[in-house]
Amino acid sequence: MAGFLARRLASLVFVLWAMTVLVFAVVHLLPGSVAHMILGEYATSAAIAALEERLGLNDPLHLQYWRWFSGLLQGDFGVSLTMDRPAGPVILEALGRSAVLAAISIVLVALAGVALGIHSATHAGSASDRALTLGQYFFIAVPEFFWCILVILFFSVWLGWLPATGYTPLAEGGLLGWAKHLILPVATLVLGLIAHVSRLVRSSMLEALESRYVLAARAKGLPERLVLRRHALPNALMPAITVLAVDVGILIGGIVVVESVFAYPGLGRMLIYAIDNQDLPLMMGGMIVVTAVYALANLAADILYAVVNPRIRVGGAA
Amino acid sequence: MSAALSAPGRRLPRSLLLGLVVLGLVLLLAALGPFLAPYDPDAFNMRARLRPPSAAHWFGTDEFGRDVFSRVLAGAHHSLLMGFGATAISLAIGVPLGLIAAFRRGLVEEAIMRGVDLLISLPPVLLGLLILAVTEPGLGKTILAVGLVYVPIMTRIARAVALDLLAEEFVEAARARGEGAFHILAREILPNAWPPLIVETALRVTFAILLGSALSFLGLGPQPPASEWGLMIAESRPFISEAPWIGLAPGLCLCLLLIAVNVVGEGLRDLLDPRLKGRGH
Repeated sequence: MAGFLARRLASLVFVLWAMTVLVFAVVHLLPGSVAHMILGEYATSAAIAALEERLGLNDPLHLQYWRWFSGLLQGDFGVSLTMDRPAGPVILEALGRSAVLAAISIVLVALAGVALGIHSATHAGSASDRALTLGQYFFIAVPEFFWCILVILFFSVWLGWLPATGYTPLAEGGLLGWAKHLILPVATLVLGLIAHVSRLVRSSMLEALESRYVLAARAKGLPERLVLRRHALPNALMPAITVLAVDVGILIGGIVVVESVFAYPGLGRMLIYAIDNQDLPLMMGGMIVVTAVYALANLAADILYAVVNPRIRVGGAA
Repeated sequence: MSAALSAPGRRLPRSLLLGLVVLGLVLLLAALGPFLAPYDPDAFNMRARLRPPSAAHWFGTDEFGRDVFSRVLAGAHHSLLMGFGATAISLAIGVPLGLIAAFRRGLVEEAIMRGVDLLISLPPVLLGLLILAVTEPGLGKTILAVGLVYVPIMTRIARAVALDLLAEEFVEAARARGEGAFHILAREILPNAWPPLIVETALRVTFAILLGSALSFLGLGPQPPASEWGLMIAESRPFISEAPWIGLAPGLCLCLLLIAVNVVGEGLRDLLDPRLKGRGH
Protein backbone atom coordinates (compact mmCIF):
# COMPACT_ATOMS: atom_id res chain seq x y z
CA MET A 1 0.00 0.00 0.00
CA ALA A 2 2.84 2.40 0.83
CA GLY A 3 4.50 1.82 -2.54
CA PHE A 4 1.20 2.28 -4.33
CA LEU A 5 0.59 5.54 -2.49
CA ALA A 6 4.09 6.83 -3.21
CA ARG A 7 3.72 6.04 -6.92
CA ARG A 8 0.37 7.79 -7.14
CA LEU A 9 1.65 10.84 -5.23
CA ALA A 10 4.70 11.10 -7.50
CA SER A 11 2.50 11.01 -10.59
CA LEU A 12 0.24 13.65 -9.06
CA VAL A 13 3.19 15.99 -8.51
CA PHE A 14 4.35 15.32 -12.07
CA VAL A 15 0.91 16.10 -13.52
CA LEU A 16 0.75 19.40 -11.64
CA TRP A 17 4.22 20.41 -12.75
CA ALA A 18 3.53 19.44 -16.35
CA MET A 19 0.33 21.47 -16.23
CA THR A 20 2.27 24.58 -15.16
CA VAL A 21 4.53 24.09 -18.20
CA LEU A 22 1.55 23.50 -20.50
CA VAL A 23 -0.41 26.53 -19.26
CA PHE A 24 2.64 28.77 -19.43
CA ALA A 25 3.59 27.51 -22.89
CA VAL A 26 0.10 27.97 -24.33
CA VAL A 27 -0.17 31.51 -22.97
CA HIS A 28 3.32 32.67 -23.92
CA LEU A 29 4.28 30.76 -27.05
CA LEU A 30 1.17 31.40 -29.11
CA PRO A 31 1.59 34.06 -31.76
CA GLY A 32 0.72 37.59 -30.68
CA SER A 33 2.01 39.75 -27.90
CA VAL A 34 0.58 39.15 -24.44
CA ALA A 35 0.50 42.88 -23.70
CA HIS A 36 -1.32 43.50 -26.96
CA MET A 37 -3.88 40.87 -26.05
CA ILE A 38 -4.47 42.42 -22.62
CA LEU A 39 -4.74 46.03 -23.77
CA GLY A 40 -6.73 45.36 -26.94
CA GLU A 41 -6.30 46.49 -30.52
CA TYR A 42 -6.46 50.26 -29.86
CA ALA A 43 -3.54 50.33 -27.41
CA THR A 44 -0.71 52.75 -28.12
CA SER A 45 2.74 51.25 -28.51
CA ALA A 46 3.86 53.27 -25.46
CA ALA A 47 1.17 51.67 -23.32
CA ILE A 48 2.17 48.23 -24.59
CA ALA A 49 5.82 48.88 -23.83
CA ALA A 50 4.94 50.11 -20.33
CA LEU A 51 2.83 47.02 -19.60
CA GLU A 52 5.52 44.70 -20.96
CA GLU A 53 7.98 46.43 -18.62
CA ARG A 54 5.63 46.12 -15.62
CA LEU A 55 4.88 42.43 -16.22
CA GLY A 56 8.49 41.59 -17.08
CA LEU A 57 7.45 40.31 -20.50
CA ASN A 58 10.78 41.27 -22.07
CA ASP A 59 12.73 38.82 -19.90
CA PRO A 60 13.74 35.48 -21.40
CA LEU A 61 10.90 32.94 -21.24
CA HIS A 62 12.63 30.56 -18.84
CA LEU A 63 13.12 33.45 -16.38
CA GLN A 64 9.47 34.40 -16.68
CA TYR A 65 8.43 30.80 -16.15
CA TRP A 66 10.67 30.44 -13.12
CA ARG A 67 9.34 33.66 -11.59
CA TRP A 68 5.75 32.42 -11.98
CA PHE A 69 6.50 28.82 -10.93
CA SER A 70 8.57 29.70 -7.85
CA GLY A 71 5.78 32.09 -6.86
CA LEU A 72 3.23 29.26 -7.17
CA LEU A 73 5.37 27.06 -4.92
CA GLN A 74 5.18 29.75 -2.24
CA GLY A 75 1.43 30.18 -2.74
CA ASP A 76 1.90 33.44 -4.66
CA PHE A 77 -0.31 33.49 -7.76
CA GLY A 78 0.70 36.99 -8.87
CA VAL A 79 -1.48 40.08 -8.99
CA SER A 80 -4.80 40.07 -10.84
CA LEU A 81 -4.61 42.46 -13.80
CA THR A 82 -8.22 43.59 -13.57
CA MET A 83 -8.84 43.66 -9.81
CA ASP A 84 -5.58 45.13 -8.57
CA ARG A 85 -5.38 42.59 -5.76
CA PRO A 86 -3.37 39.39 -5.33
CA ALA A 87 -4.85 36.56 -7.41
CA GLY A 88 -4.30 33.95 -4.67
CA PRO A 89 -7.06 35.08 -2.27
CA VAL A 90 -9.47 35.66 -5.18
CA ILE A 91 -8.92 32.10 -6.39
CA LEU A 92 -9.16 30.69 -2.87
CA GLU A 93 -12.48 32.42 -2.10
CA ALA A 94 -13.92 31.26 -5.42
CA LEU A 95 -12.63 27.73 -4.81
CA GLY A 96 -14.37 27.63 -1.44
CA ARG A 97 -17.74 28.55 -2.96
CA SER A 98 -17.32 26.03 -5.79
CA ALA A 99 -16.30 23.36 -3.29
CA VAL A 100 -19.65 23.76 -1.51
CA LEU A 101 -21.46 23.29 -4.82
CA ALA A 102 -19.30 20.30 -5.76
CA ALA A 103 -19.48 18.58 -2.38
CA ILE A 104 -23.28 18.74 -2.13
CA SER A 105 -23.55 17.55 -5.75
CA ILE A 106 -21.18 14.61 -5.45
CA VAL A 107 -22.86 13.36 -2.25
CA LEU A 108 -26.28 13.60 -3.90
CA VAL A 109 -25.02 11.87 -7.04
CA ALA A 110 -23.45 9.03 -5.07
CA LEU A 111 -26.51 8.46 -2.87
CA ALA A 112 -29.23 8.87 -5.50
CA GLY A 113 -27.22 7.20 -8.28
CA VAL A 114 -26.50 4.06 -6.24
CA ALA A 115 -30.02 3.88 -4.77
CA LEU A 116 -31.74 4.22 -8.16
CA GLY A 117 -29.28 1.81 -9.78
CA ILE A 118 -29.95 -0.87 -7.15
CA HIS A 119 -33.68 -0.34 -7.43
CA SER A 120 -33.53 -0.74 -11.23
CA ALA A 121 -31.38 -3.87 -11.03
CA THR A 122 -33.48 -5.59 -8.38
CA HIS A 123 -36.67 -4.67 -10.23
CA ALA A 124 -35.26 -5.28 -13.72
CA GLY A 125 -37.94 -5.23 -16.40
CA SER A 126 -40.56 -3.66 -14.16
CA ALA A 127 -42.39 -0.48 -15.08
CA SER A 128 -40.28 1.64 -12.72
CA ASP A 129 -37.05 0.17 -14.17
CA ARG A 130 -38.18 0.94 -17.69
CA ALA A 131 -39.19 4.47 -16.70
CA LEU A 132 -35.79 5.01 -15.09
CA THR A 133 -33.94 3.67 -18.14
CA LEU A 134 -35.89 5.98 -20.43
CA GLY A 135 -35.22 8.89 -18.05
CA GLN A 136 -31.50 8.09 -18.06
CA TYR A 137 -31.33 8.35 -21.85
CA PHE A 138 -32.96 11.73 -21.66
CA PHE A 139 -31.01 13.14 -18.72
CA ILE A 140 -27.61 12.07 -20.04
CA ALA A 141 -28.25 13.69 -23.41
CA VAL A 142 -29.60 17.08 -22.31
CA PRO A 143 -26.76 19.60 -21.94
CA GLU A 144 -26.32 21.31 -18.57
CA PHE A 145 -26.65 24.78 -20.02
CA PHE A 146 -30.07 23.89 -21.39
CA TRP A 147 -31.15 22.46 -18.03
CA CYS A 148 -30.17 25.81 -16.52
CA ILE A 149 -32.54 27.59 -18.89
CA LEU A 150 -35.33 25.10 -18.23
CA VAL A 151 -35.12 25.21 -14.41
CA ILE A 152 -34.85 29.02 -14.39
CA LEU A 153 -37.86 29.24 -16.68
CA PHE A 154 -39.88 26.83 -14.57
CA PHE A 155 -38.92 27.62 -10.97
CA SER A 156 -37.96 31.30 -11.22
CA VAL A 157 -40.01 32.77 -14.04
CA TRP A 158 -43.22 30.75 -13.94
CA LEU A 159 -43.47 29.57 -10.35
CA GLY A 160 -41.37 32.35 -8.81
CA TRP A 161 -40.17 30.01 -6.04
CA LEU A 162 -36.40 30.47 -6.30
CA PRO A 163 -34.03 33.25 -7.35
CA ALA A 164 -32.65 32.80 -10.87
CA THR A 165 -29.17 34.12 -10.19
CA GLY A 166 -26.85 35.38 -7.49
CA TYR A 167 -25.27 34.31 -4.23
CA THR A 168 -25.86 35.24 -0.58
CA PRO A 169 -23.11 34.50 1.94
CA LEU A 170 -24.21 32.36 4.89
CA ALA A 171 -23.40 35.19 7.32
CA GLU A 172 -25.67 37.67 5.55
CA GLY A 173 -28.69 35.75 4.34
CA GLY A 174 -28.84 33.03 6.99
CA LEU A 175 -29.26 29.38 6.11
CA LEU A 176 -32.40 29.92 4.06
CA GLY A 177 -31.06 32.78 1.94
CA TRP A 178 -27.85 30.88 1.32
CA ALA A 179 -29.58 27.62 0.45
CA LYS A 180 -32.08 29.33 -1.88
CA HIS A 181 -29.26 30.26 -4.24
CA LEU A 182 -27.82 26.76 -4.16
CA ILE A 183 -30.89 24.67 -5.01
CA LEU A 184 -31.17 25.39 -8.74
CA PRO A 185 -27.41 25.18 -9.50
CA VAL A 186 -27.08 21.89 -7.60
CA ALA A 187 -30.22 20.46 -9.21
CA THR A 188 -28.84 21.30 -12.66
CA LEU A 189 -25.45 19.79 -11.87
CA VAL A 190 -26.68 16.46 -10.51
CA LEU A 191 -29.42 15.48 -13.01
CA GLY A 192 -27.14 14.14 -15.74
CA LEU A 193 -24.64 12.63 -13.32
CA ILE A 194 -27.28 10.74 -11.31
CA ALA A 195 -28.49 9.25 -14.58
CA HIS A 196 -24.93 8.27 -15.50
CA VAL A 197 -24.07 6.67 -12.15
CA SER A 198 -27.42 4.90 -11.71
CA ARG A 199 -27.08 3.41 -15.18
CA LEU A 200 -23.66 2.00 -14.40
CA VAL A 201 -24.69 0.68 -10.98
CA ARG A 202 -27.70 -1.00 -12.60
CA SER A 203 -25.58 -2.90 -15.12
CA SER A 204 -22.85 -3.90 -12.65
CA MET A 205 -25.48 -4.92 -10.10
CA LEU A 206 -27.24 -7.06 -12.72
CA GLU A 207 -23.92 -8.69 -13.53
CA ALA A 208 -23.27 -9.39 -9.84
CA LEU A 209 -26.75 -10.84 -9.38
CA GLU A 210 -26.09 -13.37 -12.16
CA SER A 211 -22.74 -14.43 -10.69
CA ARG A 212 -21.93 -17.75 -9.07
CA TYR A 213 -21.22 -16.34 -5.63
CA VAL A 214 -24.70 -14.84 -5.49
CA LEU A 215 -26.11 -18.17 -6.67
CA ALA A 216 -24.12 -19.89 -3.93
CA ALA A 217 -25.31 -17.41 -1.31
CA ARG A 218 -28.91 -17.97 -2.36
CA ALA A 219 -28.41 -21.73 -2.45
CA LYS A 220 -27.26 -21.85 1.14
CA GLY A 221 -30.54 -20.17 2.07
CA LEU A 222 -29.43 -16.64 2.94
CA PRO A 223 -32.31 -14.16 3.03
CA GLU A 224 -32.44 -12.05 -0.17
CA ARG A 225 -31.69 -8.86 1.78
CA LEU A 226 -28.42 -10.29 3.03
CA VAL A 227 -27.51 -11.67 -0.40
CA LEU A 228 -27.91 -8.20 -1.81
CA ARG A 229 -26.17 -6.32 0.96
CA ARG A 230 -23.27 -8.63 1.72
CA HIS A 231 -22.55 -10.33 -1.62
CA ALA A 232 -23.90 -8.46 -4.62
CA LEU A 233 -23.59 -4.84 -3.55
CA PRO A 234 -19.90 -4.67 -2.57
CA ASN A 235 -18.91 -6.09 -5.95
CA ALA A 236 -21.34 -3.93 -7.87
CA LEU A 237 -20.03 -0.75 -6.25
CA MET A 238 -16.45 -1.13 -7.49
CA PRO A 239 -17.14 0.27 -10.98
CA ALA A 240 -19.22 3.01 -9.36
CA ILE A 241 -16.14 4.34 -7.58
CA THR A 242 -14.26 4.64 -10.88
CA VAL A 243 -17.16 6.29 -12.63
CA LEU A 244 -17.61 8.75 -9.76
CA ALA A 245 -13.99 9.85 -10.28
CA VAL A 246 -14.64 10.32 -14.01
CA ASP A 247 -17.77 12.23 -13.12
CA VAL A 248 -15.76 14.70 -11.05
CA GLY A 249 -14.23 15.77 -14.36
CA ILE A 250 -17.69 16.16 -15.88
CA LEU A 251 -18.80 17.93 -12.71
CA ILE A 252 -15.97 20.46 -13.07
CA GLY A 253 -17.14 21.18 -16.61
CA GLY A 254 -20.70 21.48 -15.38
CA ILE A 255 -19.67 23.85 -12.61
CA VAL A 256 -18.07 26.21 -15.15
CA VAL A 257 -21.34 26.36 -17.09
CA VAL A 258 -23.71 26.41 -14.12
CA GLU A 259 -21.82 29.10 -12.22
CA SER A 260 -21.78 31.28 -15.34
CA VAL A 261 -25.52 30.97 -15.85
CA PHE A 262 -26.57 31.37 -12.22
CA ALA A 263 -23.99 34.14 -11.61
CA TYR A 264 -22.60 32.07 -8.73
CA PRO A 265 -19.19 33.54 -7.80
CA GLY A 266 -17.18 30.33 -7.84
CA LEU A 267 -14.01 29.16 -9.56
CA GLY A 268 -15.72 28.29 -12.85
CA ARG A 269 -17.25 31.72 -13.27
CA MET A 270 -13.93 33.26 -12.24
CA LEU A 271 -12.14 31.31 -14.99
CA ILE A 272 -14.57 32.54 -17.64
CA TYR A 273 -14.25 36.08 -16.26
CA ALA A 274 -10.45 35.82 -16.41
CA ILE A 275 -10.58 34.52 -20.00
CA ASP A 276 -13.06 37.20 -21.12
CA ASN A 277 -10.96 39.96 -19.54
CA GLN A 278 -7.57 38.45 -20.41
CA ASP A 279 -6.60 38.45 -16.73
CA LEU A 280 -3.69 36.06 -17.20
CA PRO A 281 -2.50 35.57 -13.58
CA LEU A 282 -6.06 34.80 -12.50
CA MET A 283 -6.62 32.47 -15.46
CA MET A 284 -3.33 30.59 -15.14
CA GLY A 285 -3.65 30.22 -11.36
CA GLY A 286 -7.28 29.13 -11.65
CA MET A 287 -6.39 26.42 -14.17
CA ILE A 288 -3.62 25.05 -11.96
CA VAL A 289 -5.98 24.94 -8.97
CA VAL A 290 -8.69 23.13 -10.99
CA THR A 291 -6.12 20.58 -12.20
CA ALA A 292 -4.97 20.03 -8.61
CA VAL A 293 -8.52 19.48 -7.40
CA TYR A 294 -9.23 17.01 -10.21
CA ALA A 295 -5.96 15.15 -9.60
CA LEU A 296 -6.71 14.92 -5.87
CA ALA A 297 -10.22 13.61 -6.59
CA ASN A 298 -8.74 10.91 -8.81
CA LEU A 299 -6.19 10.03 -6.15
CA ALA A 300 -8.97 9.74 -3.57
CA ALA A 301 -10.89 7.43 -5.91
CA ASP A 302 -7.79 5.27 -6.49
CA ILE A 303 -7.16 4.96 -2.75
CA LEU A 304 -10.79 4.13 -2.08
CA TYR A 305 -10.68 1.54 -4.86
CA ALA A 306 -7.51 -0.01 -3.47
CA VAL A 307 -9.02 -0.16 0.02
CA VAL A 308 -12.15 -1.89 -1.28
CA ASN A 309 -10.34 -4.14 -3.75
CA PRO A 310 -7.15 -5.75 -2.40
CA ARG A 311 -6.15 -7.16 -5.78
CA ILE A 312 -5.02 -3.79 -7.14
CA ARG A 313 -2.58 -3.12 -4.30
CA VAL A 314 -0.24 -5.82 -5.50
CA GLY A 315 -0.20 -5.14 -9.22
CA GLY A 316 0.84 -1.80 -10.68
CA ALA A 317 -1.95 0.72 -10.81
CA ALA A 318 -2.31 1.14 -14.55
CA MET B 1 -17.69 -8.54 -37.00
CA SER B 2 -18.66 -6.12 -39.72
CA ALA B 3 -20.56 -9.00 -41.31
CA ALA B 4 -23.23 -8.40 -38.68
CA LEU B 5 -24.17 -5.18 -40.46
CA SER B 6 -24.95 -6.82 -43.77
CA ALA B 7 -25.95 -10.31 -42.66
CA PRO B 8 -29.22 -11.27 -44.34
CA GLY B 9 -32.17 -11.86 -42.05
CA ARG B 10 -30.79 -9.70 -39.26
CA ARG B 11 -32.80 -6.57 -38.81
CA LEU B 12 -31.53 -3.37 -37.34
CA PRO B 13 -32.89 -2.74 -33.82
CA ARG B 14 -35.81 -0.36 -33.78
CA SER B 15 -34.09 2.25 -31.61
CA LEU B 16 -31.06 2.32 -33.92
CA LEU B 17 -33.34 2.76 -36.91
CA LEU B 18 -35.22 5.59 -35.20
CA GLY B 19 -31.95 7.30 -34.23
CA LEU B 20 -30.65 6.99 -37.79
CA VAL B 21 -33.87 8.50 -39.16
CA VAL B 22 -33.68 11.50 -36.80
CA LEU B 23 -29.98 11.96 -37.50
CA GLY B 24 -30.62 11.73 -41.24
CA LEU B 25 -33.38 14.31 -40.90
CA VAL B 26 -31.05 16.73 -39.09
CA LEU B 27 -28.38 16.18 -41.75
CA LEU B 28 -30.95 16.85 -44.47
CA LEU B 29 -32.22 20.00 -42.75
CA ALA B 30 -28.66 21.23 -42.23
CA ALA B 31 -27.89 20.70 -45.92
CA LEU B 32 -31.15 22.17 -47.19
CA GLY B 33 -31.49 24.80 -44.44
CA PRO B 34 -30.53 27.81 -46.54
CA PHE B 35 -33.14 26.86 -49.17
CA LEU B 36 -35.91 25.96 -46.73
CA ALA B 37 -35.52 28.95 -44.40
CA PRO B 38 -38.52 31.27 -44.82
CA TYR B 39 -36.46 34.33 -43.80
CA ASP B 40 -32.86 35.53 -43.90
CA PRO B 41 -31.53 34.19 -40.56
CA ASP B 42 -29.52 37.36 -39.88
CA ALA B 43 -32.01 39.97 -41.12
CA PHE B 44 -33.22 42.40 -38.45
CA ASN B 45 -36.88 43.35 -38.37
CA MET B 46 -37.41 45.80 -35.54
CA ARG B 47 -41.17 45.93 -36.11
CA ALA B 48 -41.50 42.20 -35.36
CA ARG B 49 -39.40 41.89 -32.16
CA LEU B 50 -40.04 39.09 -29.62
CA ARG B 51 -43.11 37.75 -31.43
CA PRO B 52 -44.43 34.44 -30.06
CA PRO B 53 -44.59 31.41 -32.38
CA SER B 54 -47.23 31.85 -35.10
CA ALA B 55 -47.98 30.73 -38.64
CA ALA B 56 -45.67 33.42 -39.99
CA HIS B 57 -42.87 32.64 -37.50
CA TRP B 58 -43.04 28.99 -36.45
CA PHE B 59 -40.55 29.41 -33.57
CA GLY B 60 -41.29 33.13 -32.99
CA THR B 61 -38.81 35.97 -33.39
CA ASP B 62 -35.91 37.16 -31.24
CA GLU B 63 -34.97 40.55 -29.80
CA PHE B 64 -33.91 41.83 -33.22
CA GLY B 65 -36.99 40.46 -34.97
CA ARG B 66 -34.97 37.68 -36.58
CA ASP B 67 -36.95 34.53 -37.41
CA VAL B 68 -35.93 31.89 -34.85
CA PHE B 69 -36.95 28.98 -37.13
CA SER B 70 -34.68 30.23 -39.92
CA ARG B 71 -31.85 30.71 -37.42
CA VAL B 72 -32.27 27.21 -35.96
CA LEU B 73 -32.11 25.80 -39.50
CA ALA B 74 -29.05 27.86 -40.34
CA GLY B 75 -27.36 26.73 -37.12
CA ALA B 76 -27.80 22.97 -37.56
CA HIS B 77 -24.54 22.56 -39.45
CA HIS B 78 -22.53 24.06 -36.57
CA SER B 79 -23.47 21.30 -34.14
CA LEU B 80 -22.95 18.61 -36.78
CA LEU B 81 -19.55 19.99 -37.75
CA MET B 82 -18.55 20.16 -34.08
CA GLY B 83 -19.62 16.58 -33.43
CA PHE B 84 -18.31 14.90 -36.56
CA GLY B 85 -15.47 17.31 -37.37
CA ALA B 86 -13.98 17.19 -33.89
CA THR B 87 -14.32 13.40 -33.75
CA ALA B 88 -12.64 13.13 -37.16
CA ILE B 89 -9.75 15.25 -35.89
CA SER B 90 -9.32 13.11 -32.78
CA LEU B 91 -9.41 9.97 -34.96
CA ALA B 92 -6.96 11.38 -37.50
CA ILE B 93 -4.39 12.19 -34.82
CA GLY B 94 -5.18 9.62 -32.16
CA VAL B 95 -5.37 6.46 -34.26
CA PRO B 96 -1.95 6.81 -35.95
CA LEU B 97 -0.39 7.69 -32.59
CA GLY B 98 -2.00 4.67 -30.95
CA LEU B 99 -0.94 2.31 -33.77
CA ILE B 100 2.64 3.59 -33.65
CA ALA B 101 2.71 3.23 -29.87
CA ALA B 102 1.53 -0.36 -30.16
CA PHE B 103 3.96 -1.26 -32.94
CA ARG B 104 7.10 0.49 -31.74
CA ARG B 105 7.35 -0.64 -28.14
CA GLY B 106 10.00 0.96 -25.95
CA LEU B 107 10.86 4.63 -25.90
CA VAL B 108 8.39 5.79 -28.58
CA GLU B 109 5.52 4.02 -26.86
CA GLU B 110 6.60 5.34 -23.49
CA ALA B 111 6.73 8.95 -24.76
CA ILE B 112 3.32 8.77 -26.46
CA MET B 113 1.56 7.02 -23.61
CA ARG B 114 2.96 9.27 -20.86
CA GLY B 115 1.73 12.27 -22.86
CA VAL B 116 -1.67 10.60 -23.13
CA ASP B 117 -1.73 9.90 -19.37
CA LEU B 118 -0.94 13.54 -18.70
CA LEU B 119 -3.63 14.98 -20.96
CA ILE B 120 -6.24 12.51 -19.71
CA SER B 121 -5.60 13.69 -16.15
CA LEU B 122 -7.01 17.11 -17.05
CA PRO B 123 -10.77 17.72 -17.03
CA PRO B 124 -11.92 17.96 -20.70
CA VAL B 125 -13.54 21.38 -20.33
CA LEU B 126 -10.35 22.79 -18.81
CA LEU B 127 -8.27 21.57 -21.75
CA GLY B 128 -10.78 23.14 -24.14
CA LEU B 129 -10.76 26.42 -22.20
CA LEU B 130 -6.96 26.47 -22.19
CA ILE B 131 -6.80 26.06 -25.98
CA LEU B 132 -9.51 28.66 -26.60
CA ALA B 133 -8.55 31.14 -23.88
CA VAL B 134 -5.77 32.89 -25.71
CA THR B 135 -6.99 32.81 -29.31
CA GLU B 136 -9.71 34.63 -31.21
CA PRO B 137 -12.82 32.44 -30.96
CA GLY B 138 -14.54 30.96 -33.99
CA LEU B 139 -16.18 27.77 -35.28
CA GLY B 140 -12.93 26.31 -36.62
CA LYS B 141 -11.07 26.92 -33.36
CA THR B 142 -13.82 25.29 -31.32
CA ILE B 143 -13.87 22.21 -33.55
CA LEU B 144 -10.09 21.96 -33.33
CA ALA B 145 -10.09 22.40 -29.54
CA VAL B 146 -12.78 19.75 -29.01
CA GLY B 147 -10.94 17.42 -31.39
CA LEU B 148 -7.66 17.86 -29.53
CA VAL B 149 -9.39 17.23 -26.18
CA TYR B 150 -10.36 13.74 -27.35
CA VAL B 151 -7.04 12.80 -29.01
CA PRO B 152 -5.61 11.12 -25.85
CA ILE B 153 -8.58 8.80 -25.36
CA MET B 154 -8.56 7.81 -29.06
CA THR B 155 -4.82 7.10 -28.85
CA ARG B 156 -5.34 4.89 -25.82
CA ILE B 157 -8.15 2.90 -27.45
CA ALA B 158 -6.33 2.52 -30.79
CA ARG B 159 -3.25 1.23 -28.97
CA ALA B 160 -5.23 -1.30 -26.95
CA VAL B 161 -7.00 -2.58 -30.08
CA ALA B 162 -3.73 -2.76 -32.05
CA LEU B 163 -1.92 -4.60 -29.24
CA ASP B 164 -4.57 -7.33 -29.37
CA LEU B 165 -4.35 -7.59 -33.16
CA LEU B 166 -0.53 -7.65 -33.24
CA ALA B 167 -0.64 -11.02 -31.51
CA GLU B 168 -2.78 -12.50 -34.31
CA GLU B 169 -1.44 -15.01 -36.80
CA PHE B 170 -2.09 -12.91 -39.90
CA VAL B 171 0.26 -10.26 -38.52
CA GLU B 172 2.87 -12.92 -37.91
CA ALA B 173 2.38 -14.13 -41.47
CA ALA B 174 2.86 -10.60 -42.80
CA ARG B 175 6.02 -10.26 -40.75
CA ALA B 176 7.29 -13.59 -42.05
CA ARG B 177 6.67 -12.33 -45.59
CA GLY B 178 8.98 -9.47 -44.72
CA GLU B 179 6.37 -6.70 -44.93
CA GLY B 180 7.36 -3.28 -43.58
CA ALA B 181 5.88 -1.48 -40.58
CA PHE B 182 3.68 0.75 -42.72
CA HIS B 183 2.18 -2.18 -44.62
CA ILE B 184 1.44 -4.09 -41.42
CA LEU B 185 -0.18 -1.11 -39.71
CA ALA B 186 -2.12 0.22 -42.68
CA ARG B 187 -3.10 -3.02 -44.45
CA GLU B 188 -3.26 -5.64 -41.70
CA ILE B 189 -4.04 -3.84 -38.42
CA LEU B 190 -6.18 -0.87 -39.46
CA PRO B 191 -8.88 -2.74 -41.45
CA ASN B 192 -9.39 -5.09 -38.50
CA ALA B 193 -9.32 -2.30 -35.92
CA TRP B 194 -12.35 -0.51 -37.37
CA PRO B 195 -15.26 -2.16 -35.52
CA PRO B 196 -14.13 -1.18 -32.00
CA LEU B 197 -12.98 2.21 -33.27
CA ILE B 198 -16.33 2.89 -34.95
CA VAL B 199 -18.08 2.09 -31.68
CA GLU B 200 -15.88 4.49 -29.74
CA THR B 201 -16.22 7.16 -32.45
CA ALA B 202 -20.00 6.93 -32.52
CA LEU B 203 -20.20 7.37 -28.75
CA ARG B 204 -17.62 10.17 -28.86
CA VAL B 205 -19.70 12.30 -31.25
CA THR B 206 -22.28 12.94 -28.50
CA PHE B 207 -19.59 14.22 -26.12
CA ALA B 208 -18.06 16.35 -28.89
CA ILE B 209 -21.38 18.05 -29.65
CA LEU B 210 -22.00 18.56 -25.92
CA LEU B 211 -18.56 20.05 -25.27
CA GLY B 212 -18.58 22.17 -28.43
CA SER B 213 -21.98 23.68 -27.77
CA ALA B 214 -21.12 24.25 -24.08
CA LEU B 215 -17.98 26.15 -25.14
CA SER B 216 -20.08 28.16 -27.61
CA PHE B 217 -22.59 28.82 -24.85
CA LEU B 218 -19.72 30.24 -22.77
CA GLY B 219 -18.81 32.58 -25.63
CA LEU B 220 -15.76 30.63 -26.80
CA GLY B 221 -17.24 29.36 -30.06
CA PRO B 222 -18.72 31.00 -33.15
CA GLN B 223 -19.36 34.70 -32.50
CA PRO B 224 -22.57 36.68 -33.04
CA PRO B 225 -24.46 36.92 -35.30
CA ALA B 226 -23.73 33.21 -35.88
CA SER B 227 -26.75 31.02 -35.18
CA GLU B 228 -24.91 28.24 -33.35
CA TRP B 229 -27.47 26.62 -31.02
CA GLY B 230 -25.44 26.94 -27.80
CA LEU B 231 -24.75 30.60 -28.57
CA MET B 232 -28.43 31.20 -29.37
CA ILE B 233 -29.39 29.74 -25.99
CA ALA B 234 -26.83 31.96 -24.24
CA GLU B 235 -28.11 35.04 -26.06
CA SER B 236 -31.72 34.23 -25.16
CA ARG B 237 -31.09 34.52 -21.40
CA PRO B 238 -32.02 38.22 -20.95
CA PHE B 239 -35.37 37.54 -22.62
CA ILE B 240 -36.19 34.31 -20.85
CA SER B 241 -39.32 35.61 -19.13
CA GLU B 242 -40.85 37.56 -22.03
CA ALA B 243 -39.75 35.35 -24.95
CA PRO B 244 -38.70 31.86 -23.77
CA TRP B 245 -39.09 30.43 -27.29
CA ILE B 246 -35.81 32.07 -28.41
CA GLY B 247 -33.85 29.66 -26.21
CA LEU B 248 -36.27 26.75 -26.12
CA ALA B 249 -36.31 26.19 -29.90
CA PRO B 250 -32.56 25.68 -30.41
CA GLY B 251 -32.30 23.88 -27.04
CA LEU B 252 -34.93 21.29 -27.90
CA CYS B 253 -33.37 20.76 -31.33
CA LEU B 254 -29.98 20.25 -29.70
CA CYS B 255 -31.47 17.69 -27.27
CA LEU B 256 -33.16 15.85 -30.13
CA LEU B 257 -29.88 15.70 -32.06
CA LEU B 258 -27.93 14.55 -28.99
CA ILE B 259 -30.42 11.80 -28.15
CA ALA B 260 -30.41 10.63 -31.79
CA VAL B 261 -26.60 10.54 -31.96
CA ASN B 262 -26.45 8.74 -28.62
CA VAL B 263 -29.04 6.15 -29.66
CA VAL B 264 -27.18 5.51 -32.93
CA GLY B 265 -23.87 5.19 -31.05
CA GLU B 266 -25.25 2.69 -28.58
CA GLY B 267 -27.10 0.81 -31.29
CA LEU B 268 -23.87 0.46 -33.27
CA ARG B 269 -22.06 -0.72 -30.15
CA ASP B 270 -24.64 -3.41 -29.46
CA LEU B 271 -24.46 -4.48 -33.09
CA LEU B 272 -20.68 -4.54 -33.45
CA ASP B 273 -19.61 -5.46 -29.94
CA PRO B 274 -22.40 -7.42 -28.25
CA ARG B 275 -20.20 -8.16 -25.22
CA LEU B 276 -20.63 -4.56 -24.07
CA LYS B 277 -24.41 -4.57 -24.39
CA GLY B 278 -26.13 -2.73 -21.57
CA ARG B 279 -22.96 -1.26 -20.15
CA GLY B 280 -23.34 2.39 -19.33
CA HIS B 281 -20.16 4.10 -20.44
